Amino acid sequence: MSEPLLMKGNEALAEAVIRAGCRAYFGYPITPQSEILEYLTAEARERGMVVLQVESELAAINMVYGAAGAGVRAMTSSSSPGISLMQEGLSYIASAELPCLVVNVNRGGPGLGTIQPSQGDYFQATKGGGHGDYRLLVLAPDSVQEMADFVFDGFDLADKYRNPVMILADGALGQMMEKVVFREYDPKDHETAKPWATTGKSGGRERNIITSLHIQPEKMEDINKHLQEKYRKMQTEVRYELIHTDDADIVLVAYGLAARICHSAVEMGRNKGLKLGLLRPKTLYPYPYDMVRELSAKVKGMHVVELNSGQMVEDVRLGVNGKVPVTFFGRMGGMIPSPEEVLASVEARIAQLHDEPREEQIYA
Amino acid sequence: MPEVAELQPALEAVWTKPETLTETRMHYCPGCGHGVVHKLLMEVVDELGIRQDTIGVAPVGCSVFAYQYLDVDMQEAAHGRAAAVATGIKRVLPDKYVFSYQGDGDLAAIGTAETIHAANRGENILVLFINNGIYGMTGGQMAPTTLIGMKTSTTPEGRETATMGYPLKITELLAMLPGVYSVSRHAVYSPNTVRALKKAITKAFQYQKEKKGYCLIEVVSNCPSGWKMTPVESNKWLEKNMLPLYPLGDIKVEGTLVQPVQKKEGQHS
Ligand SMILES: Cc1ncc(C[n+]2csc(CCOP(=O)(O)OP(=O)(O)O)c2C)c(N)n1
Ligand code: SF4
Repeated sequence: MSEPLLMKGNEALAEAVIRAGCRAYFGYPITPQSEILEYLTAEARERGMVVLQVESELAAINMVYGAAGAGVRAMTSSSSPGISLMQEGLSYIASAELPCLVVNVNRGGPGLGTIQPSQGDYFQATKGGGHGDYRLLVLAPDSVQEMADFVFDGFDLADKYRNPVMILADGALGQMMEKVVFREYDPKDHETAKPWATTGKSGGRERNIITSLHIQPEKMEDINKHLQEKYRKMQTEVRYELIHTDDADIVLVAYGLAARICHSAVEMGRNKGLKLGLLRPKTLYPYPYDMVRELSAKVKGMHVVELNSGQMVEDVRLGVNGKVPVTFFGRMGGMIPSPEEVLASVEARIAQLHDEPREEQIYA
Repeated sequence: MPEVAELQPALEAVWTKPETLTETRMHYCPGCGHGVVHKLLMEVVDELGIRQDTIGVAPVGCSVFAYQYLDVDMQEAAHGRAAAVATGIKRVLPDKYVFSYQGDGDLAAIGTAETIHAANRGENILVLFINNGIYGMTGGQMAPTTLIGMKTSTTPEGRETATMGYPLKITELLAMLPGVYSVSRHAVYSPNTVRALKKAITKAFQYQKEKKGYCLIEVVSNCPSGWKMTPVESNKWLEKNMLPLYPLGDIKVEGTLVQPVQKKEGQHS
């Protein structure tokens, strides 16, 4: 383990990228994540990594395709508008089963939107995002420590499943400074054999072909089935954190920055005698449906808090499946609610639960 | 398939397939230039003995299936993204030979940005650019290289410049960039042109070995299906109509711009 260091989220992430043995980074500047490109550029030469500022996010994701297809750990990072540009490439990468890491430091949208933190890209990240029937494995950090940790986990998971992994962060996590400890990690111990990589057809082997083209529908369906089988296997990777859920009446569900705010709101509520708990998914795909289901059997209600108009709440409802009311509170457009605001929304819900137990969404 | 020698033991085989071309029957239309360029490319790979060190990129277009025929490691790229994919490969495997094989729609329309920036960075790759003046794969629509007045399914009255602009001579444009080391324009409609193209491909791989930078070879080719002509007609039409605008020859040699070879007088449009 390293000494604890005080770092910005984006820089901690970038440092972890190098320590994880990433060999190639391709990126295009966009706020609030350009520090990743800048940090890696400054470190690249000495630490043996290809770092390239390229002409667009379109180019970046396709360079990741090429480099990952050539068998190395490769990645890109961007923020919402840039991630939108990458969707075609991500679809190709998912189909060709190339392991890689993509970081989205989510900002407010739609459109050019704002550079302030947002969770508006939840659907895009967790439901495929581009065309076709595919999934990314999505990790949602809530601290500078996890910005670093999830890079190591992300590359390992990408290699394990030959699947693109996304770290879905937000501008606040990228910019905030916190203590971070880098884990002991020797990339050599984490190397995966990649006999499928296009490194040159040598040693009498068959040629390797990286492709997503399967013109016969029968063949394409086989590929689809294979991918779906893989996604089923990925369900075992579910990760989450539970806070005060043992005796909770109301469980808040939130990830990333929203979860930090909810954590404070839960503690404030507890001080007032409200039995609140928090479920914080760390993986957004796979989603902890089982834990949501389990909790819904013993609480009076679930309250979802997001920095969007209500996206993850749909997954919570799938898990709850009508057992208890699921309510929602969100801010949008880069606005961040205070813990007081969140607690007030919970209290309003509790009051309502008694007279009118139905599902509802409110926006501040 | 039985060998020629088995069928006609008394006859000598005068045509052999390069070892690095697979047995798979090509799907290209009769008379299409793609097949000829594939064969030449693999002949060169065989002759240079670099099959184990060569990685190709084929983006969407009629040649998206190139990996079925070229017996080297290959990556299929999204439409227009071949230069980016090739960059990704070459940057992490700098000692391998990397080529892309792109149509005019791919290289000069949807992939223009990737094309120009790969060239401008002087990526040490070989780009084979098949200019048939049309979108073959999608059924013969206008390409950026479509000639003025040329009929396609989206220019039924012929391309007119007022609304559709001009044929894009992207090869000349790329040649101007300092990162570009070698640029030439070739064809495959006659034995002489075939021989010249083979020489150019050989040279380009040698340059790549010496890490000279970006090499571009345009092949002015035909699309009998899209042009709605027989193969023979298409080659005649190509010579008469395409070459005046896209003259064959060297455009940039070892980093220095040279005059394109001029066609006979009266053939300029
Ligand atoms: C993003 C995207 N847009 C459009 C297409 C459809 N498409 C496939 S090939 C092609 C044009 C191919 O023309 P060219 O690159 O000149 O190659 P050719 O087929 O003539 O050899 C188009 C438009 C696609 N596959 N992807
Ligand atoms: S459509 Fe045109 S470019 Fe495509 S294979 Fe047929 S002749 Fe060749």
